[in-house]
Amino acid sequence: MKIGAPKEIFAGENRVAMTPESALQLKKLGHECYVESGAGQAAGFSDAAYEAAGVTVVKTAAALFKAVDVVAKVRPPTESEAKRLAEGQTLISFFYPAQSKDLLELANKQGATVIAMDMVPRISRAQKMDALSSMANIAGYRAVIEAGNNFGRFFTGQVTAAGKVPPAKVLIIGAGVAGLAAIGTSTSLGAITYAFDVRPEVAEQIESMGAEFVYLDFAEQTQDGAATGGYAAPSSPEFREAQLKKFRELAPEMDIVISTALIPGRDAPVLWTKDMVEAMKPGSVIVDLAAERGGNCELTVKDEKIVTPNGVTIVGYTDFPSRMAAQASTLYSTNIRHMMTDLTPAKDGVVNHNMEDDVIRGATVTHKGEITFPPPPPKIQAIAAAKPKEKAKELTPEERRAQEVAAFKAQTRSQVTLLAVGGALMLLAGLYAPASFMSHFIVFVLSVFVGFQVIWNVSHSLHTPLMAVTNAISSIIILGALMQIGSGSFLVILLAALSVFMAGINIFGGFMVTRRMLAMFQKS
Amino acid sequence: MDYGFTTSAYVVAAVLFILSLGGLSGQESAKRAVWYGIAGMALAVLATLYGPGAGLWWLSLLLVAGGGILGWIVAQRVQMTEMPQLVAAMHSLVGLAAVFIGYNAHLEAAHVSGLDETARAALTGFGAVLAHKAPVELSILRVELFLGIFIGAVTFTGSVIAYGKLAGKVDGKAKKLPGGHLLNIVAAVLSVVCLFWYFSTGGILPLVLMTLAALFIGYHLIMGIGGADMPVVVSMLNSYSGWAAAAIGFSLSNDLLIVVGALVGSSGAILSYIMCKAMNRSFISVILGGFGNTTGPQMEVTGEQIAIDAEGVAAALNEADSVIIIPGYGMAVAQAQQSVSELTRKLRAKGKNVRFAIHPVAGRLPGHMNVLLAEAKVPYDIVLEMDEINEDFPETDVAIVIGSNDIVNPAAQEDPNSPIAGMPVLECWKAKQVFVSKRGQGTGYSGIENPLFYKDNTRMFYGDAKKSLDSLLPMID
Repeated sequence: MKIGAPKEIFAGENRVAMTPESALQLKKLGHECYVESGAGQAAGFSDAAYEAAGVTVVKTAAALFKAVDVVAKVRPPTESEAKRLAEGQTLISFFYPAQSKDLLELANKQGATVIAMDMVPRISRAQKMDALSSMANIAGYRAVIEAGNNFGRFFTGQVTAAGKVPPAKVLIIGAGVAGLAAIGTSTSLGAITYAFDVRPEVAEQIESMGAEFVYLDFAEQTQDGAATGGYAAPSSPEFREAQLKKFRELAPEMDIVISTALIPGRDAPVLWTKDMVEAMKPGSVIVDLAAERGGNCELTVKDEKIVTPNGVTIVGYTDFPSRMAAQASTLYSTNIRHMMTDLTPAKDGVVNHNMEDDVIRGATVTHKGEITFPPPPPKIQAIAAAKPKEKAKELTPEERRAQEVAAFKAQTRSQVTLLAVGGALMLLAGLYAPASFMSHFIVFVLSVFVGFQVIWNVSHSLHTPLMAVTNAISSIIILGALMQIGSGSFLVILLAALSVFMAGINIFGGFMVTRRMLAMFQKS
Repeated sequence: MDYGFTTSAYVVAAVLFILSLGGLSGQESAKRAVWYGIAGMALAVLATLYGPGAGLWWLSLLLVAGGGILGWIVAQRVQMTEMPQLVAAMHSLVGLAAVFIGYNAHLEAAHVSGLDETARAALTGFGAVLAHKAPVELSILRVELFLGIFIGAVTFTGSVIAYGKLAGKVDGKAKKLPGGHLLNIVAAVLSVVCLFWYFSTGGILPLVLMTLAALFIGYHLIMGIGGADMPVVVSMLNSYSGWAAAAIGFSLSNDLLIVVGALVGSSGAILSYIMCKAMNRSFISVILGGFGNTTGPQMEVTGEQIAIDAEGVAAALNEADSVIIIPGYGMAVAQAQQSVSELTRKLRAKGKNVRFAIHPVAGRLPGHMNVLLAEAKVPYDIVLEMDEINEDFPETDVAIVIGSNDIVNPAAQEDPNSPIAGMPVLECWKAKQVFVSKRGQGTGYSGIENPLFYKDNTRMFYGDAKKSLDSLLPMID
């Protein structure tokens, strides 16, 4: 099969879907690679570099579309690009099928198969082709760099001869892939980093990256990320209110806010309102990674950097990955290459579009003249459903008191019952058994009782010595043998003698071994 | 003879024994506690020799000394890893002694009842005690010595089999004769029938029959219990040996025997209870053998076991600040405790926080791991129980699992269909990194798949535990 990457025509797009490196890998799968002249220029890959990797450089986009079976792109195709697609051709790119119905129908009409990189299901196996994540990672990193670029101070606190520098305080809203990448970058630059997310289960991830999780004191049934494939879901108005209140509290302290909150298939939620921006210190920076979908900040202007009257810079760029084109192209082309690996399982250069495969099925939006979007839910759950946590309810002092009283009563009841039953049995025994038996019996019962009381206190680590000691003292049975050995009958003497001998072994062996064991226990 | 002296000596001995057991609540007081036990025993033996009923002093002392020397030598020579076998073997001696003494009591009773009044009055010792018994008391005596023999016989064969299993001389797998528990029930019913028979006639035949049945029960019961349940079995046999002594005490009207028997019996019972609770299994299900029935298919384990070499483990250990080591039976088998101790010493010397997590049923004997680690001179204050340390795993850099399997199996918490579902386990998988030292890829004793080995943060350090650790030691700097 022939795979080709045209030059991106979207204004300001610097990325390219194939790098010389990925071309080498694709060739190992048995494919031939094509690239439009100048496609990699903006990302730092010259035509010569492609040629050196054995890629055929084609002069125009039209010629490329004609020559190849599989077109690999970054941005969704424009209308003119879509019209170039031919029957049986495959397009691999970001596509956003839910938002671009017309384009989807157009591509379908052309008879092309479209694999949308943004539709790759979020399962472990498909992580290697999850372009959304790899791009979000770059966006998160770049967002911190952009913020630093527009922020007039150090990130890290320093005490220098020229004075003390306070550390920057950074708030990251939304701890998805981009959010976590931003946390990592921000903490490694030395800033004090806070992070917030509506999914409390990510608190652990946030803390593992070195940021502080901003807890929200809210009693709502918390969101379970597993139900939505690991993404956040819209929250209730009450929750939103609590959230905004918390942000309002934090706003005056924060130097940098990076918002990454997105809900799949919806406009970005407004989380950083005008009054919060106004409450921030002059020189503060907001980087809104959700600008493409309206922005998390009320004042964000898409694709622009603005400065508010009170001196807060708001960055609304939507092309963060493209601003790091070399890195982004390398990762994206690797994602594409992995997709091709799955499409050519035999490594013979023949694409086998297996619609039974969860990943391929999920990402394919048109195939053989049919629109196959939306896909059925994948057979494998993305993330194991979080088990409902048993919440230890905070008890009020009265409740606890009531509980203690109830437990005490129950204990009393069971003890009294046991005593009553035991006493009754004793009486019954006393009625029939002779006095001599009863006196021994009392000794027996009391000993059992003492034994239970004493043994519960034995430390766990001493259970083996306890067994050895009880073993040694159980040879007290020697007393019986000693009492009988004086008898006249030969058989009795023989048996008693044997018993004395065996018990003797036990006494000395048992105590000896216990002493050996205990002598080994030592404090450091 | 001075009855008063003997009795008062018995009282002192009984107090000493109680103090001896109570002293085991702490490592330091335990050392004193053993001496209490020894003093109590010496006092009891001397008082009995001096007291009523004893005869043939020279023979008794000779036998005690002979047995003592033998016991002393065995106790000196035994390896700490062989402790479970030794304890089991010693239980069998107590059981057998109980059987003999029970028979003696029967023979004496039969002998005494055959004598006329004058001859009875002339009797001394144990015979005299018997001679003074009323008919009702004699009937009770029969029940008592019957019980003593029964329990003693079960203890004897049970302990012998337990010894064989622990020493590896008998196959450790749970085995039953065709017929299973039905055979045990038949033997038990036979024993009950014999009890009534003996109660009414006092003949020796039912006694012998019952002994055979009891011997069979002991054998068959323990054969049917798998090696992983051995801690429960050993403590159960310990308990039985105590009850046997108590029953004999009743038949001989000896209060000290009753007291000590009851102490030992209750101690063993509590230990069994603690062990069962630690495995989240009922005593009955352990005794009836085999793991409980599962309710559905076990969770499928996905992923792969990733191996690691000594360099990798050493690198992780050199970087770690906190380490928790989880030893299991495998450590005992490989005799790796010295290497573990050496590793601990080296890591601690570098200022790392090294601790041990001990599961209540790790090993084949209650507290088995503690004893082995103590032998290897691991300070006991860094050896912690499951409940003390389980919460600390999330803050731990490296957890090392040495030769344990089921006690670190996350399936107990995650898979309701797992045979060990609900059993408390050490949550080592919460540590940042887990190394499992294991001989191969097998499922270990219980045959339950362990999802821990497939976790992302788990690395398998294959090989004999001692060899693996020894190869690791030079790399820790």
